Amino acid sequence: MTAAPDADKPSGLADLVCGACGVPLEMGKVEASYLGQSFPVELPRCPSCGFVYVSEDLALGRMLRVEQALEDK
Amino acid sequence: MDGQRVKQWEARCIEEQPPACVVGCPLRVDVRGVLAKAKAGDFAGACAIYARSVALPAVLGRICDHPCESVCRRAEAGGAIRIGAVERACVEAASDTIRRAPQRARKTRRVAVVGAGLSGLTAAFDLAMKGFAITVFEAQSRPLSRLTRDYASALPPAAIEADVAAVAKLGVAFHYDARIDAGVGPLGLETLIGGYDAVLLALGGGSATPFAAALSVTAEGHVEIDPTTCAASRAKVFGGGAHGGPYSPIGAAAAGRRAGISIDRFLQGASLTASRADETDAGSCLYVNVAAHAPVPPVAPADAQAGCSGAEASAEAARCFPCRCMECVKACEYLKHYGAYPKRYVRDIYNNVSIVMGLRKANRMIDSCTLCGLCDTLCPNDLAMGEVCLEARRDMVDSGHMPASHHDFALRDMAHSRSQAAAFARRQPGRAECAVAFFPGCQLSASSPWHVERVYAHLAAKIPGGVGLMVDCCGAPALWSGRSALHDEVTASLRETWRSLGEPEIVTACSTCLKTLGEFLPEMKARSLWTVINAIGWPDGARPRLAGPLAIHDPCTGRRAIDAQRAVRRLAAGLGVELRELGGAELTTCCGFGGLASFANPEVTDKIVDRRVEESADDYLTYCAMCRDNFARHGKRSIHLLDLVFPSPGGGDPAARPDPGFSFRRDNRARLKTRMLREVWGEDMTDPTREIALIVPDAVRADMERKLILVEDVVRTIAEAEASGRKLKDKASGHSIATLRIGEFTCWAEYEAAEQGFLLHRAWGHRMQVEAKS
Repeated sequence: MTAAPDADKPSGLADLVCGACGVPLEMGKVEASYLGQSFPVELPRCPSCGFVYVSEDLALGRMLRVEQALEDK
Repeated sequence: MDGQRVKQWEARCIEEQPPACVVGCPLRVDVRGVLAKAKAGDFAGACAIYARSVALPAVLGRICDHPCESVCRRAEAGGAIRIGAVERACVEAASDTIRRAPQRARKTRRVAVVGAGLSGLTAAFDLAMKGFAITVFEAQSRPLSRLTRDYASALPPAAIEADVAAVAKLGVAFHYDARIDAGVGPLGLETLIGGYDAVLLALGGGSATPFAAALSVTAEGHVEIDPTTCAASRAKVFGGGAHGGPYSPIGAAAAGRRAGISIDRFLQGASLTASRADETDAGSCLYVNVAAHAPVPPVAPADAQAGCSGAEASAEAARCFPCRCMECVKACEYLKHYGAYPKRYVRDIYNNVSIVMGLRKANRMIDSCTLCGLCDTLCPNDLAMGEVCLEARRDMVDSGHMPASHHDFALRDMAHSRSQAAAFARRQPGRAECAVAFFPGCQLSASSPWHVERVYAHLAAKIPGGVGLMVDCCGAPALWSGRSALHDEVTASLRETWRSLGEPEIVTACSTCLKTLGEFLPEMKARSLWTVINAIGWPDGARPRLAGPLAIHDPCTGRRAIDAQRAVRRLAAGLGVELRELGGAELTTCCGFGGLASFANPEVTDKIVDRRVEESADDYLTYCAMCRDNFARHGKRSIHLLDLVFPSPGGGDPAARPDPGFSFRRDNRARLKTRMLREVWGEDMTDPTREIALIVPDAVRADMERKLILVEDVVRTIAEAEASGRKLKDKASGHSIATLRIGEFTCWAEYEAAEQGFLLHRAWGHRMQVEAKS
């Protein structure tokens, strides 16, 4: 699940702003975890408060596939 | 899962049993395989299969007495396949393409074969293929002399030459004009016994009387042999003659094969008698639904003398069904989806639950069965895949390997229907006694709550002794998902509620409840609402008018509820419905909800429902709320039996009523509780309210249904984001994006402020958790 940044940006990362901090999201290190397994990924996040954005494409694409693979382990 | 039980399940599926033609062939030729290749015009392929079992294919293919034809099941539908004629056409076209390689490791043991007939040459070929050193002694000046004489017209010399050359190519030495006699001369039997490790006397029609001093000879002059092992009375000596009855070429070849197997075992020091049952004709136990095939007469070759042309052989081979069982697979889209048949599935499932390391690839397959019971209804041996899958599910849950995502949503829905928000139980207002309680089932309450209200009012008015109401869930989702502990908990809770009502007899509108309560809470004496109404009648009043006939769909959980099936048909007829059957109640299929299959694998359940929907152009009549709604979601006009008497308060065409979907189902349950407690029992109730007003366009709602995301979860997500300010803003669209972890699920919503509340643009979710690392 290493990030391919462009694929994860639905309408352009530059347009997404953290509502609480007022700063644009940036790609950054994020820890993803499921069923006791965790691994580092690069995802859009607020550089100030750490709000992580999971796009619909990511959630229903690669993330779903990884979830299912972990469930079948 | 218990390994012994798994073996019993596997043994019940007879799909891998050989067909009658194969069992009827003394050499066990894969006739079905040969015919499939011949049908496709692949005569070389047919010959390759044929030559796997036949040592002398060019010869036997032309003169075989084909006992297979006498057991061919096509005989019951137009006439047995002319298998002999097809095989002849195959070897005429392509026997020169046959290639067979002997075992590489040569053995030092030497075998003398006396007689170069079909029996002797088959044994010589088989033993040479296994690497033994073979010498053939033939009294005549050429091999197969009896066939040359008796089958002259069918057997061209080239065919004999080709097959004998193939035997010689394996290193077999031939001595012609070499008649073996008794005694110790150069061609004496004692010399052979002394000089070889084994001797096969394959004398065919020749007399064994000269050898009477050396071994036992029958009164007819044949070598006396053990019928199973072909061993003669003398050590190291075997007999290869099939005697008695008219001469059978394939019988002679089979006798040689049996003797060859014994000699191989003898030389290897193995048992001559163990595991030889498959060499005898025990008949085929493969089930074949011959009635499903229209009669087709055999193809008559244009030139009977010349036999079938290639095209005629292909056409004749095409008459082969072929013999297969596959009764369950043909009827079930789930069993079809995975490309095999139950015997394989049982093994895959057992491997899946037994695996220690690696991926459990059959998890989703196990959870995709609707547990509907159609397969065991059709199976000649009553193998129930639902039973296998359910046991596997329990195993997966107990060992912690059940994928949470498969059943989480359905179990949350069950929790809702059992919760304070939806469940309630009351005696009839103003009555202390409670002889009967109506148990509508969680899906009727969710789909058409007005039916619950109207039916309850009717039962309460008609049935003496007090009629209570018990709105709850029977626990089927817990049962189907393999959560035995949860199911026990539901059962115990139901029993307690039932006792608090005074142990009334239960009347249920749901066939799943009827089955589940009947099995796990037999003390409730659950009866079907349909049999009860059939006895007490409907209330008076105007009925909606029907435009045409209705095709009746029985719920799969009611496959065995014959009383309910009959009652429904009588009730429908009494209401003036022109009923049409969809193959009958016993062969009904699932709507996808059964076994929670649609939550684990909507692709499979869509196929099941689509197939059912296409069975008739008529509107469907159901008596299960879930069946009706699933058909409606697939675009099939469907009516619930109760729609015929208690039309929707909103009016409109009952067959066009849309599937409410999961979010509205919850709303309906909650509203039913507040409305009934307020209006029937006079309790102080307030209607449930939402934290924010949310507008969900139809397309977004349908998308959320597919993704199994509830409106109430999205409402919570947005409400939380608006209260805390933790959300994203998309400058390009002006939309807000909010997220909330709800249980094991993270919900996302993209929305914008509207005039009154918020407008939802889309929602999605995932189960994985993500957290920024500093």
